[in-house]
Amino acid sequence: MTQVVLFNVFNGLIVGAFYALMALGLSLILNLSGVINFAHGGFLALGAYLAFTLIPYIGFWGALVVAPLLTAALGLVIERLLIRPLYGGDPLYGLLLTFGLAYIFEDMTRFIWGAQSLPFQLPAWLTTSLSNEFFFVTGYRVFMIVIVVAAVGGLFAVLNYTRLGMRIRAGTRDLDTVSTLGVNVRVLRSLNFGIGIYMAGLAGVLAAGLLGLSPTIGASLIMPSFVAIIVGGLGSLLGTLLGGLLIGVASGLAAVYFPSATEAVIYVMMGLVLLIRPRGLLGEEGRLH
Amino acid sequence: MTEAALTEAALTRGEAALSGLRGRALDLAVGLALLFMPFWMGAIGGYTELASRIVVMGLAAMSLNFLLGFTGILSFGHAAYFGLGAYGAAMAIKYLDAGTIPAMALGMLVATLAAMVIGALIVRRRGVYFAMVTIAFGQVFYFLAFRWNSVTGGDDGLTGWHRLPIDFGFARLDIFGSDKAFYYFALAIFAVCIGAMAMLLASPFGRTLIAIRENERRARFLGVPIEFHIWLSFVISCLFVSVAGALYALLNNFTDPRALRFDLSGNLVIMAVLGGMRSFWGPLIGAAIFVALQDYVSSHTENWMSVIGLVFVLVVRFFPRGVLGMLRSGAKA
Amino acid sequence: MPKSYSCAGIDRRRLMKSGLVLAAAQIASPFVIRARAADAVRIGLDNPLTGTYAANGKHELDGCQMALEGINAKGGILGRPVELVVEDSTSGDAGAAVQKARKLIEGDKVDFLLGNVNSALALAMAQVSNEKGILHIVPGGHTDAVTGSSCHWNVFRVCNTTQMEANAVASALVKEYGKKFYYITPDYAFGHTLEAGMVKAIAKLGGERVGGDLTPLGSVDFSSYLIKAQGMNPDVIIFLVQGDDMLNALKQAVQFGLQNKVHLAGAQQEMEPLEGLPPEARIGTWVLEWYWNQPGVPHVAEFVEATKKRTGRVPTARTWFGYVSTWTCAHAAAAAKSLKAVDMAKALQDYHLPPEIALGPNPAFYRAGQNQLLASLFVGDAQAKGSAPDDLFKVTKVVNGADIADTVEESGCKMTWPT
Repeated sequence: MTQVVLFNVFNGLIVGAFYALMALGLSLILNLSGVINFAHGGFLALGAYLAFTLIPYIGFWGALVVAPLLTAALGLVIERLLIRPLYGGDPLYGLLLTFGLAYIFEDMTRFIWGAQSLPFQLPAWLTTSLSNEFFFVTGYRVFMIVIVVAAVGGLFAVLNYTRLGMRIRAGTRDLDTVSTLGVNVRVLRSLNFGIGIYMAGLAGVLAAGLLGLSPTIGASLIMPSFVAIIVGGLGSLLGTLLGGLLIGVASGLAAVYFPSATEAVIYVMMGLVLLIRPRGLLGEEGRLH
Repeated sequence: MTEAALTEAALTRGEAALSGLRGRALDLAVGLALLFMPFWMGAIGGYTELASRIVVMGLAAMSLNFLLGFTGILSFGHAAYFGLGAYGAAMAIKYLDAGTIPAMALGMLVATLAAMVIGALIVRRRGVYFAMVTIAFGQVFYFLAFRWNSVTGGDDGLTGWHRLPIDFGFARLDIFGSDKAFYYFALAIFAVCIGAMAMLLASPFGRTLIAIRENERRARFLGVPIEFHIWLSFVISCLFVSVAGALYALLNNFTDPRALRFDLSGNLVIMAVLGGMRSFWGPLIGAAIFVALQDYVSSHTENWMSVIGLVFVLVVRFFPRGVLGMLRSGAKA
Repeated sequence: MPKSYSCAGIDRRRLMKSGLVLAAAQIASPFVIRARAADAVRIGLDNPLTGTYAANGKHELDGCQMALEGINAKGGILGRPVELVVEDSTSGDAGAAVQKARKLIEGDKVDFLLGNVNSALALAMAQVSNEKGILHIVPGGHTDAVTGSSCHWNVFRVCNTTQMEANAVASALVKEYGKKFYYITPDYAFGHTLEAGMVKAIAKLGGERVGGDLTPLGSVDFSSYLIKAQGMNPDVIIFLVQGDDMLNALKQAVQFGLQNKVHLAGAQQEMEPLEGLPPEARIGTWVLEWYWNQPGVPHVAEFVEATKKRTGRVPTARTWFGYVSTWTCAHAAAAAKSLKAVDMAKALQDYHLPPEIALGPNPAFYRAGQNQLLASLFVGDAQAKGSAPDDLFKVTKVVNGADIADTVEESGCKMTWPT
């Protein structure tokens, strides 16, 4: 039994890392721009579908690099045209706009690629187990962890060691002052949005290796991201990372003891956090109040 | 002095919603249109059930707008209370053999209790955070309905029951057999609810809500207990939305977890915004447009989701004040 | 006079106009012809075209349209041309499905109602069709209740019941692979009935259930369940999850290399998810309700060719469901010589479909007192490659539905006719 529990905890961390990747993109956008990007799942799906289309031409590794970039490019276009005019206004409108975009994304992916699930082909060496004893440690899951660690590491590096990152972090605290200091806030927000969408696209490519590729994968993955952010705390990227990992592990443990509750458990956690520590585990009091 | 100042503040923003000749004319026009909808609906390619659906969604959107448009609080999880009303009524009919009115009362009770509890939990949050938390709680109820298979029927929904004719003693309203009878029943409930809402909005309580929407800090300085008012507004809004939910269950003879999902929440918000958040009848107009549009478009193309999404985007970008908001400012200019 | 605002240099009204044109173009895309011939017979199809079941719904629609062409080529129904009116029920919103059903019945005045892929929606629609007294054919909604505890005189079903599917595959599994079974079951009514049916069928043959898990619908990650399953050392792991869930579960199971330790199998399988699996994950023993590759069975090859020409792909079981459902309408009217639902329903009792519609080795007929079509079931193994690029399934045994179906009493159907 302990073995099963350990396996599930470890596995939960892997899945949690994936949730964290998605949630981080969402959190970035939320923290700086105050926009709840309901279309995040749609961008994820787009990243997956673009990768699927590109694989025959540039292979899996090429697609892994290019697909998120293309998705981020589309994200930049959408930010410029549709979301930028909403900054500073009622958060309602950002929510509604991205909500509508989510509908459009799902419908357009179905229109372009068809309703049927598409067979996403991974390189063979990734799809096998690495050991007989720990059979659930497949090459692909290890690969996922590596990518997530690299992406998260890259993100934190950018945020902490580059000027752009410093501006983003400052902007999250006090955008007015940053603007007064001469930083082009519009461009900052655009780039921030782009980074967030890049993470969504990357998560999409990873998801396609694990799940069936169908137009609805975006919608099914967005809720855990929200919960990760609420649990981890608004305004804290580290919190989001932690939140994602926690809900992954919680789901894994629930699968051992109480399988029907594997999804409900993340909402229970959210409820507990809201009751006991409403700002989230690492959130700051007064954020986006 | 406080009350006068608040009323002044509210009215100077052009809140001519319920007063003035234009207001009365609009009330009359809407009332007549609703009264005869089953008859003119057919002429434009609709059907009686669509009219009932518009009334139900209109009530839901107007209830949401009590909180959204008049108190200025963004709830994106109202589907939860809509759904609780639906499930409460459905379970009462299926398991307790209740009559229509008691069933609706049960649905209302369940949803209102939930709203009271959850409202208390989240009332300190605002803006984006409040919205996220309402979304998340909405999903909790969706899950409950989904997983608690034995009671709620799970994903399949609660089926195997239907609305029963209402026996008033002296008369019998066959709301099951006759679509028109159900429409007028729904319309009657609608009228009672929005009458209550209108009265509340015209009262000092209502004026306070508008003041909170306009400038919460100032209202706080004036000594208004903000959290209590917001909580009460939330509860009232959820109460009426649950009535709409109960009607929805009766309309379909069915309820399922979709009635609790965040897409319904989003649709309700867009209806309110599309019609005009700042006006009383706005959400009803928005609901009528949205329901009819969705019905029409989904019959003609399988890409109706894109069209609906496009509606969201267009409304936000070009009609943020909604149909009635535009008409009002157009007339002024 | 409304002002025209400009945002970021773009004239608001111009943009709005182009947006409306875009929307109008969407609506104008040729999809369903709603020109109404005054004396046409109308068949209403209320099926998912969006959402999780969109692919299945689309294929059923293809089958319906092919049948429609055939019917009209032969003079229509009772000498009148036939039209198909299509509505999107969505994949899970019962409210929408019921709304569309009413629209079809009251607004479009259809003579027949077809649908739904989603069992729950099928049941909800059946309530409406029964209330209105319209002949209703369910092409692909599988829950037993449709022709079981919730059966109605006016509702007929083409696809199999879950019990039939379980019975068909059970003997193959127990004979070939062993007696210990672990179940991965989707946690909703259909899943529960499917598991109950499987457990019953396998117990009858001496097998036992060593464990199982109820997985939430739309589960993304099955690793925990697979880890547990493997720990119980079963002979067979039964995957009862459907559609995308099954895809995820199988993909992950194969990544774990489970197929080398345990045999993987399930009950209902369809071409649509099989096509979504990468070749290395196309494994396991399943039952298909209809398969395109039936050498030696008359008329099947022509049907396959016609489908390929029309849609560019081979027909799936769903295509066949739509095809049969629509042709059933024509046959019902012809047999009853009327369009009255009661007459047609009575004419369909024990009605045998002709071979060019049955498209299988066994006879296909609607069993009296239950309105359930009994035809052929195809037990076999999914394969990475077959004789043709579309040959993803190797049939090992064709079972006659009539042999393995429960009796009418066992199904729980008590049919009452209107007086």
